[in-house]
Order: sequence, then C-alpha cells, then structure tokens
Amino acid sequence: MADEKRIDGPTGTSFVGHEWDGIEELDTPMPRWWLLTLYATIIFAVVMVILYPAIPMLHGASRGTLGWSSHGELEKEMAADHDRRAPTMHALAASPIEGLPANTQLLRAAQEGGRSAFKVYCTQCHGSGAAGAKGYPNLNDDDWLWGGDVATIQQTITHGVRQPGDDKTRMSQMPAFGRDGILKPEEVQDVVSYVRFVSHQEAANASARRGATIFANNCAVCHGADAKGSRTVGAPNLTDGIWLYGGDRDTLTETVTNARYGIMPAWGSRLDPVTIKMLATYVHSLGGGEALPPKPAGARPVAVAQK
Amino acid sequence: MSSPSQLTAPDEHFFEARRKVFPKAVDGPFRRLKWAIMAVALLIYYVTPWLRWNRGPWAPNQAVLVDLAHRRFYMFSIEIWPHEFYYVAGLLIMAGIGLFLVTSAVGRAWCGYACPQTVWTDLFVHVERAIDGDRNAQIRLQKAPWGPAKIAKRVAKHAIWLVIGALTGGAWIFYFADAPALGNAFVHGTAPFVAYATVGVLTATTYIFGGLMREQVCIYMCPWPRIQSAMLDEKSLTVTYKAWRGEPRTHGLKREATAQDLDHSGMPSLVALAADPSLAPRIGDCIDCNACIAVCPTGIDIREGPQIGCITCGLCIDACDGIMAKIGRPSRLIGYTTDLDERLAASGKQPLPALKRLFRPRTLVYFGAWAGIGLAMLFALGNRTRIDVSVLQTRNPQWVRLSDGSIRNGYIVKVRNMEARPRTVDISIAGPAGATLWSEASGRDGASTHLKLDVAPDQVAQAQLFVGAPGSGPERDDMVFTVRALDAEGGIARDKTHFERPEHEE
Repeated sequence: MADEKRIDGPTGTSFVGHEWDGIEELDTPMPRWWLLTLYATIIFAVVMVILYPAIPMLHGASRGTLGWSSHGELEKEMAADHDRRAPTMHALAASPIEGLPANTQLLRAAQEGGRSAFKVYCTQCHGSGAAGAKGYPNLNDDDWLWGGDVATIQQTITHGVRQPGDDKTRMSQMPAFGRDGILKPEEVQDVVSYVRFVSHQEAANASARRGATIFANNCAVCHGADAKGSRTVGAPNLTDGIWLYGGDRDTLTETVTNARYGIMPAWGSRLDPVTIKMLATYVHSLGGGEALPPKPAGARPVAVAQK
Repeated sequence: MSSPSQLTAPDEHFFEARRKVFPKAVDGPFRRLKWAIMAVALLIYYVTPWLRWNRGPWAPNQAVLVDLAHRRFYMFSIEIWPHEFYYVAGLLIMAGIGLFLVTSAVGRAWCGYACPQTVWTDLFVHVERAIDGDRNAQIRLQKAPWGPAKIAKRVAKHAIWLVIGALTGGAWIFYFADAPALGNAFVHGTAPFVAYATVGVLTATTYIFGGLMREQVCIYMCPWPRIQSAMLDEKSLTVTYKAWRGEPRTHGLKREATAQDLDHSGMPSLVALAADPSLAPRIGDCIDCNACIAVCPTGIDIREGPQIGCITCGLCIDACDGIMAKIGRPSRLIGYTTDLDERLAASGKQPLPALKRLFRPRTLVYFGAWAGIGLAMLFALGNRTRIDVSVLQTRNPQWVRLSDGSIRNGYIVKVRNMEARPRTVDISIAGPAGATLWSEASGRDGASTHLKLDVAPDQVAQAQLFVGAPGSGPERDDMVFTVRALDAEGGIARDKTHFERPEHEE
C-alpha cells in the first residue's frame, strides 16, 4: 500500500495501491443503495438468529422465539399428506377388493400404495423385485401354491402360511418321507427320478418306473395322480418349470427326505386391512395375477381357497 | 473534474451518494424512434397474452401460453413438451448470439432502445415530466420545501408509477394461465396466491427499477454493459462527440471575440493554418451549452468519450443537433460513429463505407451462428413427429420363468401423444423368435405381437407390458418396440430395448 494517498486525475478517486502491468485499481466508492442493502442483510440476519434456531449449543441449537423446528415441519407435512390421502384410503376401505378393477384410479392408487408397503414389509424374504429366493416364492410368475387371484392373495397375506395361532392360516405339511422312515433311501431316489421325469428333466428309466408306483401310493394324495399339485392343500405342481427350493436331484432328495416347512407371517394381526388390500393388488399386478373365479350361480359363497 | 495536479485527497466517503438525474425533454429522430419502439414493445407485451389461437377442444386456445402446471409451452401453432426444451434453449442461445451480433454491428442498441429497463424507465420519466414539469421545474421542485403542492405532485407521481408497475406485473401472469379466466379470478380475489405474489413482486421491481433506481441499474447492477464493453471494437457504432470538430469549446463573449478573428465559416482559413497552425486562433463547434448532459437519461457527459454509463440512446444527438441548427453549424457534432471512422474523420479522411463496416468477419460469423441455429431449429421443428415411445425394461427382476418353462420380461412403455386429440396406437414388437406381447388387462391368453393402446389427447400413456419368449435362446436378445398411430395422419416411433434370459447353467 502506498503511504500517501495518490489521486487519479481524470476521476478524482484515490488509488487502492494495487498495480498490474501499469493498470492500477481505483478505490471507487460503492453506491449508497448498495451499502444500505448490505446493512439490511445484516439486520435480516440478526432478526433470523432471534426468530429461528441458529446458535449451536451443547444440546442442540438455540430455540428461536418462533419455536420453529424442522421436526415440526416434517410432522406438519406428514399430517397434511395424511389428510391428502384420507379420501383415497376411505374409498379403499369401503371398496371390496373384487370391485377395485372397475375403478381404474383407485386400483392404480392401491397398486402404488402396495408397492411402497411391499418395500417395507415383504422385501426381506421376497426380494425388492418380488422375485423371491430359494424357499421364498417368486411373486412375478404364474405359479401359485394357494391361488393367484386377488382375493386369494389377500387371504394368504392376512393369515399367512403355517402361522401358529391363526386358525385360517394356509396349512399344509408334507411328511418327511426319508427321515421318518416312510420310504427307504433308494425309494426316495426312485421317487425323485419319477418327479424329474414328469418335469421333463430326465428320460424315463427303471428307477422312474419304480418311482411312479411309490408316487401313486404316497404322494398323489396331495400332489395329484398327474403330479400337477393342488391349491386346496398348497401342494406344488411338480410338472412345471418352477421350483420353490430347486428341481435338481440333490435338492429334490433333500425335500423328499426331510420335507419343507416354510412360514409366512399372518399380516392381518400387524397391518391394517387397507394396507393388506393394497399389497394384494400390488402382488396381483406383478404379471402372474389370475382372474377371479366366476361367481357360482347359487347362494354358495366364493371358496377363496379353491381354484 | 479534477486536474492531475490536484493532489489533495477527495472527501472520504464510504459510499457514493446518487446524483439524481433530471433528463430534459428533447425531440428529434432518435427520440421519435424511441417512442415508436416503446409503443411496439409495450403493445407486444400487453396484448400477446390476450391473443387467441384455436387448437381444438383438447388444448388451450391462448396463442402464447407457458403452462407450467401441465408442462406445456404453446406459441401459436407450435407446442413444446418438456423433453423438447432444447428449442427453448436454442431460442435463448439465439437471443445471446443475437445480442452479440447487434452489439458488433450497431453497438449498444439493445441498451438504448429495446431493453425493458430502458423502455420502462422512459415511460416513468415521461410520467414524471407530465406531473413535475421539465428538467428545471423538477430541480426546483426537488429543492422546494415540502408543502401541499409538492406533496400532491409527489403522491400523484408515485401513485401513477405504482399503477404502471401493477399493470406490468399484472400482464406478466397472463402468460402463464388462461388470460380471461385468470383476469376474472384475479379481480374477484380467487386467483392462486402465486399470481398475487408475482404481481406484487413485479410491481415492486418495476416501481423501484423504473421509478427510483433507473440509471443505477444500468451502471451498477447490469452485467451486460461490462460484457458489451469487452465486445466493442474500433468498428462498433458508438455515440461519439467529435472532439476534432467541437474543441476548443467556447461560448459567450470569448466565443464572439475569437470568432472575429476567423472567417465566416467559423474555422481558421486553410491558408492561415498552413502558414502557422499553432498560432491560428480557432473555435470549435461546441458552445458548451450542456444540452447533451441535460437530456442524458444516465446523466453522463458524452464529451468525455465512450463510457460504461452511455446506453447509446441517441438523445444527446437530438439535443445537440437542435443546438447546431440554432447556431447555424452542421449537425451531428455528436453522432453515431465508430472509433475508426472518428479517427479517419479527425485526420480529414473519408470514413469507411457503411456496408464495409457492417459486413466484416466478426458480424458474419455471429450472423452465421445465429442463422445456423435458427435454421436447424426450424428444420427440426418441421420434421419432428408428434408421437413418441420410450421403453423402460423392468430390471428387478430382469426375467421371470413361467410355469411352462418360457421366460417373461417386463417393460414399462410410455407413449407420448403430442397431438391435441385422442389417438389410438398400435404397439408391436420385433425381437426373439416366438415372442408375444400382452398387458395385464389382456392377460397372457390374449397375447400376440400387437397390442392397441388409447392415448388421451396431449398426454403420456403408460402401460406395463409383458413379453414372453421360449426359454432357450441367447442371454440377451435385441428387441424393438414400434408404435404406429392408427389414424389418417399416422406417425411411427421406435425404441430399442433387450430381452433377457437367465444365465445358462454350466
């Protein structure tokens, strides 16, 4: 900095003292309104500090005289959103699940709500894309143990599968043929050969032919004489390309020997009916959903477990 | 003006107090041009939202409408969707290059004539003049003590300014909604809050910028003068005081005394100059009447040379020409000229022809870029299809094995119908052998390679579609979705995607 003020002739303004290649900086004063704006922002900041949380303390920030907090804002927004969704929720509660497809807008709302709820409650087992895993069914495909129409899915979600303490839960139990000594190990292998034959994985052979007899005596009760399963008892179709645990010989041997006993919680005791309704419509929309069974002409109620 | 010898420090101030400008009324060709441009600009601004344009029953009938709520931009027969925003970006780039072009060809013409700050300030200045009188009356009123007359005038002036501000803000909102409906709602207090807030903010900014701040906006706030001063060159038009003609300025007795020594032209005779130029007493054309300063809307003295405060509005030219006519000297002592021409003229040479000045590489490059972008956009606009498809393959899960062993992939297909009428489209697939297409509604029983979809007017229809194909095949097949409009006008759009199968075992 220059010790004494030097004045630029043409403008009458003093130099700052900075110089680059002969170009010097002038100490041009700011316009008054600019300075007033600066003061205004300072006053604004002081007022903000008084009104709103601002100064960090040991246990959180200073409160501010307005009592504003971001948590409070969130609560307000959540409450507002709850109010916004209330009419849709009421309409969903009032409409039976069978009637939803008639109301496209409500159906879409239910599916989107179900998509969110699925992420919270179902992805742990069925995966975020509902593609399942070994022992946890893929909900995208067209193979259903208990039925794939929307009312049946709702029933399954409400009461779960093999959920102790729920009278209406989906209940089925395959005997542990090998472990309990019902079948000898070689008989188990014969049955496995037969199952692999009916599912087009192996050609017919002597083992499979022996297995056919064993199958007819022990397995056809639930899985059916044609091995196509039964939704009444939740017995899987053994002839299709979809396996819950696996269709290779080792896995099938394990299944026949020790049986399987997968459990799904009964969500009726944890979730409200509207959420379950939304979950059912969402699962139904994943691509494998089936049409509702036609209503019988008589007064007999729809047998949801049968299809 | 301080002289270099004056070495005492000026009074130290933390700020520069504004010196209020009282521009004097003036008449002349540039003033009349400014009137005309102001009339046209304000007319366009206020009338445009009220123009109607019939687009049929499915689209708004406002000629120019920025429909933010529905994300559409209408401009007469053109409708822009959000994904076509590059047209707007192109227009903005054209506006930018257009300013470069104008600046390099005719200098700061934008600042002087077309900039909203200039137009509205001009309007406010005229209101001020109508109430307070011309420059001298305004200065007197400013210095006068407060009294009933001054209060009445001040109240009237600011009230009219606020009304103009409110009308300015009021017109702005009509570009964003149906003007008659919004106007009606606005008057009855039922318009959305944002409309009132916008009008409030724009009223305030118009009033403050046009009424109170005026030239301060140009000199301190606007970045454009800085950019322009970097863009001007020796062939750019600027308002120039021809010092070689005007200096030395004299007036009054001194001028008359000097003039007696000269011939009737007011200039030293060439013979005398040739004999001894330094001895020749001479007088410039400038009589130092300060008319150019009095009319200047930014309060500068143009005789100090080109400066950032000069918006090249040309009012000082009108003022000076009037004076020159009165004292019988040629006009355009102040005039539009280039730095190069000015130097040529000062040394007695002919200025460059106007065409040569206008058509130089720089302006041609700017014009080429500007016109190129414009033509490219027109071409794109003429060739764009009004139907579009975008296919999003479901990634989670990528594939689903069905009970018959085949593989299913899911796709979210979005069909954009950019016409303002409902259309039915045919969606078809070309991909893996044996592939079929179905929707949740049709079910797999109704699967084929074609599917029909109704798309509401000016809307996007979204459909969750499924494609099934035999389980044997490559892990990834190419697939194309084709959307064909089924009405007379037709139109085809395609989107490429894939069909995924599980990884082969072993």
